[in-house]
Amino acid sequence: MDELGRMDSPIHRLDARAQLVTTFGFILVVMSYSRYEVAALMPLFIYPVILAVMGRLPVMCLFQKIAIAAPFALFVGIFNPWLDHHVEAMIGPYPVTGGWLSFVSIMLRFVLTAGAAIILVACTGIHRLCEGAARMGVPRVFVVQLMFLYRYFFVIGDEGNRMARGVRMRATGTRALGLRMYGMLVGQMLIRAMDRAQRIYRTMVARGFEGEIHVLQPVRWGWRETGFVMGWLIYFLGARVCNLSGLLGRWITGGMG
Amino acid sequence: MSQHQIEINELVFTYPDGTAALRGISLKIRQGECVAVIGGNGAGKSTLLQHLNGYLMPTSGEVRVGDFTLTSETAKWIRRSVGMVFQDPDDQLFMPTVFEDVAFGPLNLGLTVPEVTKRAMDALDRVGMGHLRDRPPYKLSAGEKRAVAIATALAGLPDVLVMDEPSSNLDPRGRRRLIELLKSFEHTRMIATHDLELVVEICPRVIVLDHGQVVAEGPTALILGDEALMLKHGLEKPHSLKHQHPH
Repeated sequence: MDELGRMDSPIHRLDARAQLVTTFGFILVVMSYSRYEVAALMPLFIYPVILAVMGRLPVMCLFQKIAIAAPFALFVGIFNPWLDHHVEAMIGPYPVTGGWLSFVSIMLRFVLTAGAAIILVACTGIHRLCEGAARMGVPRVFVVQLMFLYRYFFVIGDEGNRMARGVRMRATGTRALGLRMYGMLVGQMLIRAMDRAQRIYRTMVARGFEGEIHVLQPVRWGWRETGFVMGWLIYFLGARVCNLSGLLGRWITGGMG
Repeated sequence: MSQHQIEINELVFTYPDGTAALRGISLKIRQGECVAVIGGNGAGKSTLLQHLNGYLMPTSGEVRVGDFTLTSETAKWIRRSVGMVFQDPDDQLFMPTVFEDVAFGPLNLGLTVPEVTKRAMDALDRVGMGHLRDRPPYKLSAGEKRAVAIATALAGLPDVLVMDEPSSNLDPRGRRRLIELLKSFEHTRMIATHDLELVVEICPRVIVLDHGQVVAEGPTALILGDEALMLKHGLEKPHSLKHQHPH
């Protein structure tokens, strides 16, 4: 994600605040639809698609990242088809129950919101994102927490990998590792990660870190940012208020008729 | 300002768990001097170094760097004049690119972007790593990481460079480059290391620590050449000095 965040594109050059505001607006609009809504969500896919294309993001990589979080959404919605048998619509002769509709709607909304959030990070990078959030008045303590969470996430992963290697090298495979052993490993990992976090913090303090985040890329709010935010927010609201899919459908069928 | 860049008087430091790491250390280092701090594991070298930028505060005693006596108020100013290079470059390099990592210190000083850019590039060029500016630090070799870690310290334009085990994990070529680089600096340098051959090449003066105390201090050839002293404190006489003939 860091490497994606460092790329150069018209989207990457935007002020992080513009992307933050637009993404939040997008997520709010997506969440505001009723639980049976499916078709009306479709026009909103334009937003992540256009951003991914203009931001020159690798599509497969985005799908992989969305897929990692997909099980959570799947579990939220998977039981709906069994619980809600009320017929809400008909596709030709086939009845579609409310359960299936709400399940599809949950999955669509998950793809839209997770996709938008991932694209936001991929187009700004976590450091610029944090700086943007700080400039928008998000309390410094939250911003620094977010930055450290991101940074130390890899640190813990690294420690975990080393310990797993150590265990593999000495495990003979004759006996499964007991729960107690795993408990000890997790405890060890936490202690090691805290030690390393302490050392990293020490090096940051040595170089004048006092809780403020600074980034090199100058951030400026210009007409491009205003245009980006206003354009998209108007589109989201338009899509929310008028059912664009319905309008398009009626226009096509009307035209055909 | 006194003629000494670093002045430590009766420094005592006890860790919260009760371990007495430093038991009354006094030493003076002149401006531009390059001094090695040697001693076995647990002698107190790293603890001593951590006082030089105010990461640790003395339990008792006094640490002076330049015009400042170390207190929690002055630590901020002392850090500006002391560049620290830590033992593990992976701890020191945490930003997404080499350039951003080197720019981290100058940015914290509140400099403008052109100034920060200039300082960072000057520091990277000084250690011969300008071509790596856009690389992620975790993809560098051990030698490159060390050089970039030194650049992060140089970018703050420090008067004093403090280094903990600068030659650890380096292959012979990387170590040779490091030695030449360290020789070329004009900063006041304080180097804690087990690499005694490096000490012979770079540092005219050496301080020996053992059990948190200064047990010997003086010209490198004299101290490191004293086999009995070296062995007594868990060290050994460097090979290069064993074969030196008096002329």
